This record gives sequence, structure tokens and C-alpha cells, in this order.
Amino acid sequence: MNVRRTVYTILKHLICIALCLAVVMPFYMVIINSLKSKSEAARMSLSLPTVWHFGNYIEVINRGKLMLGFSNSVLYALVSTSVAVFACAMAAFIISRKKTKLNNFLYYFILCGLFLPVNYVTLSMVLNSLNIANTRYGLILVFSSSMIPFCVFTIRNFMSSVPVEMDEAAVIDGAGPLNLFFRIIVPMLRPVLVTAFLLQFMGVWSDFMTPLYLTSSSKLWPMNMAVYTFFGKNQQYWNYVFADIVLTCLPVILLYLLGQKYIVSGMTSGAVKE
Amino acid sequence: MNKKKIYPQWFLIVPLVLYAVFFLLPGVLGVAYSFTDWNVRSLGELNFIGLDNYIEIFTSDKNYTAGIFNTLKFTVISNIIKLTTGLFLAIMLKEKLKGKSIYRTLLYLPSVLPFLIIGLIFKSVLNYNNGLLNTFLEFINLGFLKQKWLSDLSVVWKSIYGVDAWRGIGYVMTIFLAGLNTIPQSYYDAASIDGASFWQKLIHITLPNLTGSITINLVFGLTYGLKVFDIIYVLTNGGPGHATEVVTTYVYQLYANGQYGLSVSLNTILFVITMMIGLLVVKYMGKQEVQQ
Repeated sequence: MNVRRTVYTILKHLICIALCLAVVMPFYMVIINSLKSKSEAARMSLSLPTVWHFGNYIEVINRGKLMLGFSNSVLYALVSTSVAVFACAMAAFIISRKKTKLNNFLYYFILCGLFLPVNYVTLSMVLNSLNIANTRYGLILVFSSSMIPFCVFTIRNFMSSVPVEMDEAAVIDGAGPLNLFFRIIVPMLRPVLVTAFLLQFMGVWSDFMTPLYLTSSSKLWPMNMAVYTFFGKNQQYWNYVFADIVLTCLPVILLYLLGQKYIVSGMTSGAVKE
Repeated sequence: MNKKKIYPQWFLIVPLVLYAVFFLLPGVLGVAYSFTDWNVRSLGELNFIGLDNYIEIFTSDKNYTAGIFNTLKFTVISNIIKLTTGLFLAIMLKEKLKGKSIYRTLLYLPSVLPFLIIGLIFKSVLNYNNGLLNTFLEFINLGFLKQKWLSDLSVVWKSIYGVDAWRGIGYVMTIFLAGLNTIPQSYYDAASIDGASFWQKLIHITLPNLTGSITINLVFGLTYGLKVFDIIYVLTNGGPGHATEVVTTYVYQLYANGQYGLSVSLNTILFVITMMIGLLVVKYMGKQEVQQ
């Protein structure tokens, strides 16, 4: 019995290590080749570079307009996510506390957005008629609105664990709705707000379709688009493409490692509840 | 306590307005414009053409129907792959295992990365001459398994499923793990005493107690599959030929060609398919809740 168990454990480790290698090897290949010369990187081998070309990164940042892309991405992700998370927290608060027929209907109505595809063609028309096509405002509003179903869903789920007695106590102390929400409810919602913020921030960072459909000016491109067009123009320069990839991944990987606890707990909260 | 006063309805305005203007309105307009000849040359002058766009989609030689079929095929197969492997990995990682948190962290990592970036990475990994995969196959003396992963008709879909699984399995696994952790160990212990096999435990204990996680994975998996775009656009752009074209890649091409009416019609078809599947799942979920 014991021998069998040991064999099982070793087998499990082997499977896990193999899978983790399958995840890590491509990254290793990308990183190591981002530091090689053009011809050496084209071979895509796993060996160390003969000469370390750290300059590739500077080259890529300049040629690929990465600074602009990076600041656009940060701006879009930060602003749209902050707006959406706060607005949705307010909405989820009301939907969860005032369970009228209307609010119930609105909740399921908003949830439809989790399933249904966005119609980008008519969306660009709507942006046009509002005079915000090809502007940062327009993009930020689109990003924000795309997060609403998910944020309302997760925050409302969490709301039900915040006791109503809190509200009553605050009201007796003379707090108005804004005071109640920002001073009492928001601090209680903190974990779920952080989760929603992190997940949606990474979502905007990864979103490729929205800028692809809705931006025609390269000034508005997030990092994603900048990298894609750079790849289109420099397909033979794998060393630069790899450096580009590393720089685009780095922020989300850091965010993931720092906020892992929140990200995983948020994603799984629905699964655990039922 | 006056509910009207402390829970003011205007708290709902911002999300509702954003949702209505930037999500619903385009959706409704999309349905409306699918009955017109809207294109890049029609400057505000639209003609009602009835079902012509839909007839075109189902009869033209451009094979849009193949795109619809591919979308459905991708949704079903990619989810089967991810859900089954994700479940077994979760079962494996649930039990005590040294270093399991490192395994989990690493396996989940790909799902936070932009699909575009994953596509670019795998364009290199799957490169026929120098790519990591073919080099590796040669290294372990399995050179005969080498493939033109992204340009050979018979393997291109397998490559897409592979890349998709590479990204998505960690996510599915994490959700299953959370669900598994809520099943009391005593159930398994009791079953073991009764001499239940692994499969018996899986079917009679694990799966029935895992409906929550299964539903979540299904909902996200199905909607993701039906809307799939980035990964295919970057990896194959619908090629070789039109072999890996899906609804969304056609929608984008038609949009880029200025055939807006046709583009929104195709999107409307996706809208309807998604809605039907969504309703089915919601209905099923509702039933589950009633039972509990």
C-alpha cells in the first residue's frame, strides 16, 4: 500500500512538472531569444546567446512606440476599470438591498451581457454619432461598459454576505445613502472590489478586439495593438518581437503574482457558493 | 427604515446608461441594420432589403456557413478538452502534494496573458523549421511527428485546440479546485470503506457535488468559445485557405471590406445562437437552484 502511494505521488509530480515545463519553456524561449542578435534569434534555440543584446529592448521601445502604447494601456485600464468597479458597486448595492421586481429584472437584464457578443460594427456607428469615435474618451467608455455585467454579478454575489444590520446602524446614526455607501459598504466590499479591479484591469490589457475595431489612429493604440503592428512589419526580427512580447507580458504577470490571492478567490467565489 | 431614502434608485444610473448605450443599443441596431444594404458607400441612404443578407450568408459560395459550423465545433471540442483535463488535474492537485501551490500558480499563469501575445508566442513555437515544438520532437527522437502545425489542413485545428488548452486549462482547473475543496473528505472515506473505485467515487460523489463549478466553467467556456476571435485571428487568420474561419473572423473581414450590412447580419446570427444557448444554461441553472 505504501509503495503504491509513493509511486502515485512520484507520478503526480512528474505529470505536474511536465505540464509546468510546457508552460514555462515557451517563456524561457521568448526571454532568452529576446537577448540575441537577429540571425541567432531566428533559430529560436534554447541556448544562451553568444553575445547578450540588451540593447534590443531599447531598440524595441523606440521603434515600436512602446512608451505611447504602454501609457495608453495604463490609462485605458486604470480609468475604465475604476469607473466601472465603483459604478457597479453602487448598482450592486441597490440591487441586492432593494429587491423590487424592477431591480430583479434589471439584474438579469444586465447579466445577459455576460453571454451576448458585442456588435462592434454598430458600436463604432454609435461612437460616431456621439462624436467620440477615435478618441480616448470613447474607448474608455466602451471598456467600462463591457465590464458592467461581470462586475455587477460578482459584487452583488458578495453583497449578500454584508449584513443589513450595518445599514440600519448607520442610518440610525444619521448617515445618508452616500455616507452609508462610501463609509460603511465600500470598506466591507474591499476584497471583491480589489478582485474585480484586478481581473478587469487585466481584461482591458488583453483586449484586442476593441482597439482593432474602434481605433484607426496609431496614437490611440494600446500596447497590444502596437505589438501586433510591430510584428506585422518586422516578422523577420524575432529578437525584437520577443522583446516586445516580454515587455507586454511583464505588467500583467507582475500584477498576477502580486494579486494572485484576490484573483483566484474572486474567480472561484461563484463556484464555492453553490 | 425608509428603503427609498437609503437605497436611492439613482445609484443604478451610470452602469445602466453605459450598458444601454454601448452594449444594448449596438446590439439592437445590429439586428435592425441586418435588414438593410448598409455598406461603405451608402452615405446615410439605406434601403430595406428584407432577408437578403441572411439569404446571402446561407447560399453564397463564400462558405459563411462553414464559419458558423467551425464556431460551434470549436466551442464543443475546446470545452471538452479543457473541462476533462482540468477536472482530472484538479482532482490530482486537491490531495496533499508538496509544491502544489507552485504548480497551481504556474498552470494558471497563461490565462492572465493577452491572447494576442500567446498567439505570437505560438507562431514561433509552432514554426516548422525552428519552432520549439518540432525541435523538441526531434530531440526526443520523435521527429516523425513533426508537422506544419499552422499550415497543414489536417493538423491546424489540433494546433488551435492545443494553444487554447495551453491557455485555458489552468483557469478551468482553478475553478474545479475551489469546488472540490468544499466536498467533505468524509464522503470519500466512507466510500473507500465500502470499496468504491476511483471511477465510482468520481461519478457518485465528485460530479454531483461539483455542479456549481461545472456550471461556471460551462457558462464561461461556452460564451468564450462562441465569441472566439483573437487566437484564431493571430494564429491562422482563418487560413490555410478558409479552413479555420469562424463567425467572428468573417464578421471582421466583412467589416474591413465595408460590407457592413452583411457583417452585422452574421453577428446577429451569432447573437441569436448565443442567446439560445445562454437561455438553456440559465434555465438549467435555475432548476439546480430550485432542487437545492
